Amino acid sequence: MNALPPRDQDQIRARQRGRAIVTGLILGALVILFYAITIVKLRNGG
Amino acid sequence: MTGVIVNQTSQTASGAVCAHWRDFLALTKPRVMTLVVFTGLCGLLAAPGHIHPVLAFTAILCIALGAGAAGALNQWHEAEIDALMKRTANRPLPAGRMDRQAALHFGVGLGVFSVLLLGLAANWLAAAILAVSILFYVLVYTVWLKPRTAQNIVIGGAAGAFPPLIGWAAVTGDVSALPIALFCLIFFWTPPHFWSLALFVKTDYANAGIPMLPVVAGEVTTRRQIWGYTAIMAAAAMAPVLLRLTGPIYGTTALLLTALFAVLAFRVSVNRERDPERMLAERRLFKFSILYLFIIFGAVVVDRWVYA
Repeated sequence: MNALPPRDQDQIRARQRGRAIVTGLILGALVILFYAITIVKLRNGG
Repeated sequence: MTGVIVNQTSQTASGAVCAHWRDFLALTKPRVMTLVVFTGLCGLLAAPGHIHPVLAFTAILCIALGAGAAGALNQWHEAEIDALMKRTANRPLPAGRMDRQAALHFGVGLGVFSVLLLGLAANWLAAAILAVSILFYVLVYTVWLKPRTAQNIVIGGAAGAFPPLIGWAAVTGDVSALPIALFCLIFFWTPPHFWSLALFVKTDYANAGIPMLPVVAGEVTTRRQIWGYTAIMAAAAMAPVLLRLTGPIYGTTALLLTALFAVLAFRVSVNRERDPERMLAERRLFKFSILYLFIIFGAVVVDRWVYA
């Protein structure tokens, strides 16, 4: 497999970092959302 | 062609290996999603009964995610066609900024997640309608109708008409006459909305080999059909009033806006301009049709809140 030029490698790392941050934020938001849905469902007896 | 994107000139090794998160967002067609989310929200707000704000938020989020999934799968399937059209050539797949497999996984994952979450948070009827709307858009419209018939957006338009039903069902757990009337309104609104656009981007569709009505049947027929569907849409817009499902706020708004829509559609139907750059009547109808749907759905909610 051919190695990518350093410029492309840097770009890939920057994108991976960006995707990791966005994924982390989305997962955090989902944890909060699932917690809130669970509380509402429990209060509604459902 | 397996995973190879058409526009090689702008493809970079890093783009294909690791797409930017903004490209995943672009796959969901956020601009189209606005109208879908708004009509879904109006269906939810107009429905009788109560839904907890957290569950209401989740329902709208699921409608948005489902629409995003449908958009992503549409772009996955049409990557080669998109590369041939000026309007869509810069999308992540035709521009070579994303691997095709990643788009497929993203679309399927998002679609399954949105349906399951809606089923668990609201109810399974709403989730089933969401699943049907995603499958309808991807399989019936994108894969089956769009490349085969000039009536593609007439039947395919149903996919965009589901959100008010989903919003309503999320609250009530059933589907009644008003959300069905709203479904019909969007269904018959889609042809004049889309064909007015197709008239001034006709060359794009012709280049990509998509049998849009202006390409296949010609401009005069398209203009006539815009007028015909506008008449049916007007009947659908007034149906909630005639069936006493809404009150005078919606009735007055619908009457005035639909009359204006009809005037603009009539101008398009008698216009014989052939230069897309000078098709002002068509551009005006296209822009107004978006505003029309926003205002008329807003009026449904206000009317229901005041008179229900």
